[in-house]
Amino acid sequence: MSIWVDKDTRVICQGLTGKTGTFHTEQAIAYGTKMVGGVNPAKKGTTHLGLPVFGSCQEAREKSGCNASVVYVPPAGAAEAILEAIDAGIELIVTITEGIPVLDMVKVAERLALPGTKSRLIGPNCPGIITPNQCKIGIMPGYIHKPGRVGVVSRSGTLTYEAVWQLTSRNIGQSTCIGIGGDPVNGTNFVDVLTAFNADAETDAIILIGEIGGNAEEQAAAYIAKHVKKPVVGFIAGQTAPPGRRMGHAGAIISGGKGTAKDKIDALTAAGVHMCASPARLGEAMEKALAETGLLATAKG
Amino acid sequence: MKIHEFQAKQLLKRYGVTVSDGYEATTVDEAVAGFQKLGAPLAVVKAQIHAGGRGKAGGVKLVKTEDEARAAATWMLGRKLVTHQTGPDGQEVRRLWIERGSDIAKEYYLGIAIDRESKRPVMMMSSEGGVEIEEVAEKHPEKIVKVAFSPAKGLLPADVVKLCRGVKLAPGIEPQAARFLPALAKLFVELDCSIAEVNPLIVTKDNRLLALDCKINFDGNALFRHPDLLPLRDLHEEDAKEVEASKHDLNYIALDGNIGCMVNGAGLAMATMDVIKLYGASPANFLDVGGGATAEKVTAAFRILLSDAKTKGILINIFGGIMKCDVIATGVIEAVKQVHLSVPLVVRLEGTNVELGKKLLVESKLPIIPANDLDDAAQKICKAVGAGR
Repeated sequence: MSIWVDKDTRVICQGLTGKTGTFHTEQAIAYGTKMVGGVNPAKKGTTHLGLPVFGSCQEAREKSGCNASVVYVPPAGAAEAILEAIDAGIELIVTITEGIPVLDMVKVAERLALPGTKSRLIGPNCPGIITPNQCKIGIMPGYIHKPGRVGVVSRSGTLTYEAVWQLTSRNIGQSTCIGIGGDPVNGTNFVDVLTAFNADAETDAIILIGEIGGNAEEQAAAYIAKHVKKPVVGFIAGQTAPPGRRMGHAGAIISGGKGTAKDKIDALTAAGVHMCASPARLGEAMEKALAETGLLATAKG
Repeated sequence: MKIHEFQAKQLLKRYGVTVSDGYEATTVDEAVAGFQKLGAPLAVVKAQIHAGGRGKAGGVKLVKTEDEARAAATWMLGRKLVTHQTGPDGQEVRRLWIERGSDIAKEYYLGIAIDRESKRPVMMMSSEGGVEIEEVAEKHPEKIVKVAFSPAKGLLPADVVKLCRGVKLAPGIEPQAARFLPALAKLFVELDCSIAEVNPLIVTKDNRLLALDCKINFDGNALFRHPDLLPLRDLHEEDAKEVEASKHDLNYIALDGNIGCMVNGAGLAMATMDVIKLYGASPANFLDVGGGATAEKVTAAFRILLSDAKTKGILINIFGGIMKCDVIATGVIEAVKQVHLSVPLVVRLEGTNVELGKKLLVESKLPIIPANDLDDAAQKICKAVGAGR
């Protein structure tokens, strides 16, 4: 009951031996994620947190059989780390790092677009992906999640936790929760996630949390209008954000009158998404939407 | 990071893009001396502030004599220019740029930005020079020609042809464009720009292609590899509170309302502002304290919020995930004790150890109003400042 990651996902950590990588890998192991190693050329052959440290992604792939990687490498070297993981053919690359130069991500996007590339990138500048009680890749607090049938996708971190917590508090579990990140050039987009949730027999409903900047939400709205029959509940952050200012996330900026919260809310509303005026009402709105479609009993089951 | 027009022109020149020669001035005498050195029949005195719309605000003046140059410089220096980008208080002019005047035959727009859809830099050109590109995009989208290019390969000769023909640049000018356009693309890539705009790009009556005005912004995330660009930052052009916040690694943006907000996470911080508005008040700022809301960071954030005379109340909204609520509560309590809080404070905590966190806040006997959820918090702070509904 999930997309992209489950109990069998074998994860390595790029940046394992650093402070952030160490902390979050400990958390991931405690959550039950199948961590199978880390990468650091300088510490090749050693172990860290009981995990083997490999000299390269290629070596990690060959020796650990990993099919996912989480990247905590600092901004200056993060894009190179992602490229290395792509070259090694790792299927899922989750990049948590915030502050990667946008032209570095352009380079990564060009590489991902090459024919024959098997990798999917989530992020950068995101909390990661979690399938409750099975696999946690990223920095989200594990305990707020509960296994279930609602998919959550968001450009934000803490705002996602907010939504998840409201669901869990109402005894509504989640299939998979994904933060796609706050950067202007990223890997996986809303439409990719919506497509997967839509096809997943064990996801009954979706929460979509967007924010100002770009037109990923408008594209999501177009996709939902055309393909998604499952109930979708949404919220867009930044209705009060002034134009021309980056609101924390590199991608959260209204420029030239484009990327406003209003445009996105209008597009999603027109696509039949239940839009919330306040993020404090996401759980309530999902409960209502599930009840209307007769899915509530299953969702709380 | 933004820089001034004259700094951007110096960079253009370094990359081989043609600009008019000119001089920088911070006093009226320097401006007059600049005019004399130019020795041109026509010169332009331009106020250097980090905002567009200077012309309409009186910040760009054509001068033909020394007296006119003196008068223009006297009028501009020290004046607070109010444009559609400065806000109502305006921006003080501390610096001028005096350059050789040009006889304009035709104006164009030329710009590069990152296009999120194609995930590449895109060069845009339009025959509507001197007009903001957003306005052209709104009214005459067919007049904008766009070409996405790979940073590794740069702008290709075929791209140049497509752009030039698209805006009907005179064929005789094309050889100049074939140098000019790839040079701008190279500058954009090598210096990690987020925007590089030449507007207007002009053809002079003697058939020269020239950057008359330009704007360059850099990707703040890439500045670590451009130490030479850091001195171009002008702190006078930035909000003092924002400069102070950046020293503490806080993500802060000043706004016009009266409720100070302190939140962890950018998305949640924006959402908190929205909810304040939803319940009838306005946020005084955006502030993301990041993942680790430590006592030091919270204290620094309090001082910044309280330094804004408009702040009539403060709302703290923290989702404690990895960082536990009791740790955050302890940080808030320590900070409140240090800063002598003079306005109502509503604190909303959620997440790990939330009950313990709330208990600590109550037991502190400090004038902290606890809230249960984000709606409750917004309603309470709005009511406390008399804006509730």
